[in-house]
Amino acid sequence: MSGVRLLVGTRKGAFTISADAARKTWSISGPHFAGWEIYHMKGSPADPNRIYASQSSNWFGQVVQRSNDGGQTWEPVDNKFAYDGATGTHQWYDGTPHPWEFKRVWHFEPSLDNPDVAYAGVEDAALFRTTDGGASWHEMAALRNHSTGNRWTPGAGGMGLHTILLDPTNPERMYVAISAAGAFRTDDGGASWKPINHGLVSKYIPDPTAEVGHCVHRIAMHRENPGTLYMQKHWDVMRTDDAGDNWREVSGNLPTDFGFVIDVHAHEPETIYVVPIKSDSEHFPMDGRLSVYRSKTGGDDWEALSKGLPERDCYVNVLRDAMTVDALDSCGVYFGTTGGQMYGSADGGDTWMTIAEHLPAVLSVEVQTLR
Amino acid sequence: MIRVALPYHLRNLARVGEEVEVAVNGPVTQRSVLDALESRYPVLCGTIREHGTARRRAYLRFFACAEDLSHEPPDALLPDAVASGDEPFMIIGAISGG
Repeated sequence: MSGVRLLVGTRKGAFTISADAARKTWSISGPHFAGWEIYHMKGSPADPNRIYASQSSNWFGQVVQRSNDGGQTWEPVDNKFAYDGATGTHQWYDGTPHPWEFKRVWHFEPSLDNPDVAYAGVEDAALFRTTDGGASWHEMAALRNHSTGNRWTPGAGGMGLHTILLDPTNPERMYVAISAAGAFRTDDGGASWKPINHGLVSKYIPDPTAEVGHCVHRIAMHRENPGTLYMQKHWDVMRTDDAGDNWREVSGNLPTDFGFVIDVHAHEPETIYVVPIKSDSEHFPMDGRLSVYRSKTGGDDWEALSKGLPERDCYVNVLRDAMTVDALDSCGVYFGTTGGQMYGSADGGDTWMTIAEHLPAVLSVEVQTLR
Repeated sequence: MIRVALPYHLRNLARVGEEVEVAVNGPVTQRSVLDALESRYPVLCGTIREHGTARRRAYLRFFACAEDLSHEPPDALLPDAVASGDEPFMIIGAISGG
């Protein structure tokens, strides 16, 4: 029987939340790793029973957990993320050089076709890969060693590599995004990287059109159209149709174009979702009213979707990795908030239901479509 | 045998009780005790001392015999009562709210 399984990372543990294909009744399991921060969990597209989880703590550092049975049981795997070779420096908040220091894994991206292969985006920004199911991690150092690396600067939340997109039509092509360095692309399997930030305009950096330094919050892709990417930047919603070589703004009629999440409908490559947040100084929805905005034209023209969402007194945030879509015939859309609510829609965003109300602050949400 | 008391989260991670025992050959020091602990419970590698530098993680403390030994050199001898197994070597998570 088909259904979905949500993988929810929170400030105080991990939860799995399941439903059948109707997506009306939900079953919550957890907390797993209670008391630890779970920055991200993601399942393998090649084997949904294989899940990687980033478990971290300011006290005890980084732990990586792996499940081989869909999250029922877990085993710790290698937690050593050693930068390859001389680490060099990046730019610190005060403009001084600062050595790269590993802090945590922000994001796992399992390979599209091999459950033992996965990529890890970490803070301080670097990309790691495992080819043995997490038994060992090795840095893909060409990214960190890019000639602009010494100019990368952390955002307020740290210098994390938070987005990893694998091109399903080209195994040599991959995209990553770093706060606050920007977006990068490799066309040779990670041997070399190119900043892809042309067209971004960021008024909060000295040169608003600089090659690097942009605070990219999230990038999304539709697997049928991998040359088109959508970006939620610190401010501005952006789009590229040439694999990142050129971006243009598609914020259109959004009430505010600040936000963190962005995602694409599973079956409609031009239908995209964002959750507008009031501003970089006030991380909550406009007027205390939580709304998802949807564009069916790939941007510019947006409609508010709020049926079933809080219409007043809502002052939560939706963090960059906390929205996802399922692949059932009627596309499901899900997101979690810093207030511990989980919301879902089984009809592409037209109507919303509350899936959970009292979780710890939600850091990340992924969904597995089970058939 | 050396007794080592672990904080709650590391007990859960290693799937052990409040105290574990480890064997140390040679001088009983912070380094030799932690080496033995990590050898027996590899899942604790990196959670008490940082990978690479082997520095104590900043929010952890080492207590024994009513003394804070956190800032002692890693190769300094631990108290006789720890070496004899009469007292535990205690790994403590710094107190914090939230």
